[in-house]
Amino acid sequence: MKVKRKIDLNGKVTTITASPVARLLDVVRGDLKLTGTKEGCGEGECGACSVLLNNEVIDSCLVLFGQLRDGDLLVTVEGLENKRGLNRLQRSFVKNGAVHCGACIPGMLIAATALLKHNKTPSIMEIKEGIAGNLCRCTGYGRIIKAIEEVV
Amino acid sequence: MVQSVGTNAPRLDCHDKLTGRTKYLDDLDIPHCWFGGVVYSSIPYGRIIKINFDPSFDWGSVVTCTFKDIPGKNNTVFLTQDQPILAEEYVKHVGEAIVLVAAPTKEILSQARSHIHIEYAASVPVLTIEQAKDKATLISGKDNILAQYCINKGDLDVGFKEAAVVIEGEYQTGFHEHAYIETQAMAAVPRTDGGLTVMGSLQCPYYVLKTLVSVLNCGADRVNVRQLPMGGSFGGKEDYPSLLGSYVALLAKKSGRPVKLIYSREDDIIMSTKRHPSIVKHKTGVKKDGTLTAMEINVEFNGGAYATMSPVVLSRGVIHAAGPYRCDHVRSTAVCYATHNVPCGAFRGFGVPQTIFAIEAHMDKIAEALGINPLKLRAKNCLKLGDTTQTKQLLRESVGAAQCLDTVAKGCSFEKKWQAYRRQNQAARGKKNIQKGIGLALYMHGGAFTGSGESVMKTEAGLMLQKDGVVRVLTGCTEMGQGAHTVLPQIVADTLGIPLKCVYCEVPDTDLVPDSGPTVASRTTMIVGWLLTQCAASFKERLFEFIARTYRVEKTALKLVRASFVSGSKRITDFKTAANDYLSKVGELKVIERYKLPPYIQWDPATHIGDAYPAYSWAADVAEVSVDMDTFEVTVDKMTIAVELGRAINPVLVKGQMEGGTLQALGWALMEDMQIINGHPQNKNLQTYIIPTARDIPDWRVHIIEEPFSYGPMGAKGIGELPLDGGAPAIVNAIYNATGLRITEIPVTPEKLLRQCAKL
Amino acid sequence: MRFLNPSNLHEALTLLSKFPDCKILAGGTDVCVQLRGGGLKPKAILNIWGLNELKNIRDEGRYITIGALSTHTDIIRSPLIHKHIPVLAKACRTIGAVQVQNRGTIGGNVMNASPAGDTLPVLMAYAADVEVTSIAGQRWVPFEGFFTGYRATVVRPGEMVTGFRIAWPPRGERADFIKIGSRKAITISKVMACFRARIEHKKIVGISIAFGSVAPVPLRLKQTEAFLMGRVLTHKTIDEAVNKLASDITPINDIRSTADYRRHCCGVFLRRFLLESLCVS
Ligand SMILES: Cc1cc2nc3c(=O)[nH]c(=O)nc-3n(C[C@H](O)[C@H](O)[C@H](O)COP(=O)(O)OP(=O)(O)OC[C@H]3O[C@@H](n4cnc5c(N)ncnc54)[C@H](O)[C@@H]3O)c2cc1C
Ligand code: FES
Ligand code: FES
Repeated sequence: MKVKRKIDLNGKVTTITASPVARLLDVVRGDLKLTGTKEGCGEGECGACSVLLNNEVIDSCLVLFGQLRDGDLLVTVEGLENKRGLNRLQRSFVKNGAVHCGACIPGMLIAATALLKHNKTPSIMEIKEGIAGNLCRCTGYGRIIKAIEEVV
Repeated sequence: MVQSVGTNAPRLDCHDKLTGRTKYLDDLDIPHCWFGGVVYSSIPYGRIIKINFDPSFDWGSVVTCTFKDIPGKNNTVFLTQDQPILAEEYVKHVGEAIVLVAAPTKEILSQARSHIHIEYAASVPVLTIEQAKDKATLISGKDNILAQYCINKGDLDVGFKEAAVVIEGEYQTGFHEHAYIETQAMAAVPRTDGGLTVMGSLQCPYYVLKTLVSVLNCGADRVNVRQLPMGGSFGGKEDYPSLLGSYVALLAKKSGRPVKLIYSREDDIIMSTKRHPSIVKHKTGVKKDGTLTAMEINVEFNGGAYATMSPVVLSRGVIHAAGPYRCDHVRSTAVCYATHNVPCGAFRGFGVPQTIFAIEAHMDKIAEALGINPLKLRAKNCLKLGDTTQTKQLLRESVGAAQCLDTVAKGCSFEKKWQAYRRQNQAARGKKNIQKGIGLALYMHGGAFTGSGESVMKTEAGLMLQKDGVVRVLTGCTEMGQGAHTVLPQIVADTLGIPLKCVYCEVPDTDLVPDSGPTVASRTTMIVGWLLTQCAASFKERLFEFIARTYRVEKTALKLVRASFVSGSKRITDFKTAANDYLSKVGELKVIERYKLPPYIQWDPATHIGDAYPAYSWAADVAEVSVDMDTFEVTVDKMTIAVELGRAINPVLVKGQMEGGTLQALGWALMEDMQIINGHPQNKNLQTYIIPTARDIPDWRVHIIEEPFSYGPMGAKGIGELPLDGGAPAIVNAIYNATGLRITEIPVTPEKLLRQCAKL
Repeated sequence: MRFLNPSNLHEALTLLSKFPDCKILAGGTDVCVQLRGGGLKPKAILNIWGLNELKNIRDEGRYITIGALSTHTDIIRSPLIHKHIPVLAKACRTIGAVQVQNRGTIGGNVMNASPAGDTLPVLMAYAADVEVTSIAGQRWVPFEGFFTGYRATVVRPGEMVTGFRIAWPPRGERADFIKIGSRKAITISKVMACFRARIEHKKIVGISIAFGSVAPVPLRLKQTEAFLMGRVLTHKTIDEAVNKLASDITPINDIRSTADYRRHCCGVFLRRFLLESLCVS
């Protein structure tokens, strides 16, 4: 039994039909083929699967598709670019050498985007809190924090 | 000059990684692909009595493999060929693969897995080094020894006679999990010619190829191995993909379809390799003034059930066991024991973090005993130009140890703070809630394979001209996040005199690139980068000949600058035009060369004496910590790192490597407590295996020091592994400075500090 | 697995009475982890995430009421909580990280009934009442007595938790929430505690102490409280109270910590809170 949801996906109204008990992560990666969102643990620990749901960052591995409601706003990493290409945050990641293997990066960008939506001028501590739910094993976080700090 | 070396050139892969376009294996949509899974041992040691395939399941809907389905040899092809692909009669560790399954969907796969039951006759496992020494049960050979070495320099008796004081210490480290964010992932896809493409998240395509050819019993032309973008590795995907690659290959062969096998986090932690737990004992003779006169070192590693990389891990570990110090009389012995634990394998640092932890914690103990500041003790003994290491290697150039030490110490007023904290903390003991401490570690890491390894490897790499003046780098070296596929093109671009945007690395596929040796051992930049400068020189030479002929100019006067050929002040033509002309008139331009070691390298593998590495990179860390004296929680406030690496090809990448590696060391030192009880990993997910979050990081300060190495590209040496070596002892030494509690077994958890404190 | 998706509370309660063994799904931060592990295989899932009527945090005269579906983020952002029960927000801020706080609910935290649930000692210390509702009606259950054993509560099949009420804390009260985990974020508590104290003329006239992760259920430290109540707060009283505490708790060794360390930290927490109270009083 599948269910239908009409949501705003990366700025486009999209109707999705999927099993209500499928994880949102699987719907995004599988049905929608938006594979930028990653799975690192499947249990909320790593944040690699982060997406923006109604402007809040959540772990898509911990949400079932049926829990979405019509009219919800969903943003994945694929929705971050603007018309001219990489957005400011993404460009800052480039400039500051914040990307290593890249597995955590889509989730990091999403968490940072959410943070900046709610707090235009976060302190370093607030930046750390904002991305604390996103594990990165490569970078030591320093360059990522700097990249976020620089767009503030 | 449009130089890119020395600049923070953006990584060539970051655009795709930032937009979600990069396709890791799990992101690839492979048509008609089945999903693979592994049924593995649930006991540490025993005989397999029977494999029951529950008849209530429809076995026709899936494909299964046991060792009987292996057409060739049932083992991985490494130095020691002791590890079966699939268990036959016995299982020797929890997580050892027994049956493989492939199914059309993940649901069917999981049902199939749960309908396979293994009956065992369990035996009492050997789990610790002590039990392995006991030899009551033999796991490997006649003595449970996977590898052993002894390095002798000078005469210990003489050295201890010169000593005023002899100081002993014992240091221990535990299992350490790589915890890459992308778990182990491999796929096999049948080719139209009947061959097989095996691809995935792997560090060393040619390693996997070697095992596959042996397991499948086929020619090297029947299978190609391709590396896909990797979500982290840190050594964890050096040896393990040879197993996983074999699994998918067997399943694909048997099912006739593509098969993808991606581990869940739990399967990954249970089945894949760990860093070797270690016990290192030091007995050191010192003069009153701190001069080291004798070092007797004993290194023991717990290797787990099979050798994997243990012989080389132990070798590298013991070579670094005396640390970056000068001492005329040294004896280091090292043994790696087999136990019924998950096999330990490669992990960034490759045995060195363990031995550096020991020597650097021990140096502080010596300083304490002599009443000397730890900085002075290190400065007094640190290796300098013209000194010899414990393997009697003469240090000819590019020896930055003293400078690193000086830089970090000055950078954070080490001596002053150390003294002040010590005084304050002794006075305040029990009264103050938060106590601060500062700690130091000095360390080095040899780049490249040990000794003559680089010659034995027959390392090859090359360059190929594409139309419109694009140059393709042909190398089996892989990009796993460290930046190799940016740094190597930077080296090539500058050597040729063309912009970075014209150079890129070919996909590391064994059908497309030569064997440049594995991407390990901090060798890629230094060895393959160097080789590529040679390739670039020959490449340029060939183009110069062509230009000289075509434009009738003197070849010796030609230069390639900013993608233009010039002769004196005259611009002849641009690189793009020349490239297209060359390709249409002469044909292919492809240069492949083989690496040659610097001529002076002498190495005796039996005695471990000689030039262990072409060069060492050097570093020093200062950790500043706060310890809550009530709860014993440790916060690392700041880490100052000075690194001497010959030349920083891309400084921001260097800093990223130093910070990232040091954070792994911080986790290992303070919280990463992989408990394997009775052979069973207890922390099977990232909820219980705790790695540092953004809230746990110190303030980073990285100083880069450059002392060019003549046989490195633009003077560069390697720093892949170095970053993990020094963080743990620096932190542990800082905790001692703060608390007076010397913990010699990491991780230093609050629980351990409490226990130690209660003993006082 | 059936997915039941009620659009209002009444519908939810009706479905719950029809499918009493269904699994209630709120934010899913516990349920989804359990579903994945395979330990949880319900026949039906009742998604209550959409029930907006359970998301309110309100001033209702004698009580502050908190809807069961209020997320940790809702609580952190609530001016009412911030002003009157800031320690609850402090506890919520230590739960997981942003992603989990945005989705995890207070009702889920309580009904997951883990001894490590961080809001539990707070609700315990504030003697919250739990609103338990079924199609037949609603009852209020005092937090003490809500947990009947390890991961067990008084909630019966067909019932769900719809909210909590907390009596206005008296003026001039000091309160704190203290937690220790294995790292600084996304960390399950090794031990955590919530304290409240009212001190008049150096004398303790009100005290409430609740600990988590030191027993199968969150604990009110009755004996320690009784000892402290009415006493003049001095260093000696504090020492004695810390010694008393051991008899109130039964911590264990597990993957996250040791019984010894947990016991030690309980003492540290209590001492810290009382010392600070002594300083301000
Ligand atoms: C990475 C991670 C970190 C975490 N860290 C912490 C932490 O630090 N501290 C902590 O306390 N918790 C932590 N948790 C656990 C969890 O997030 C919290 O317990 C959360 O509050 C649960 O709320 P939920 O809405 O997600 O519950 P759900 O998962 O939806 O439900 C949890 C349980 O409660 C039941 N339930 C939910 N709502 C109701 C209701 N209204 N009536 C009856 N039954 C109901 C469900 O059936 C289920 O049994 C963590 C979880 C994750 C994944
Ligand atoms: S995959 Fe969702 S948090 Fe790790
Ligand atoms: S860049 Fe590799 S995990 Fe963050």
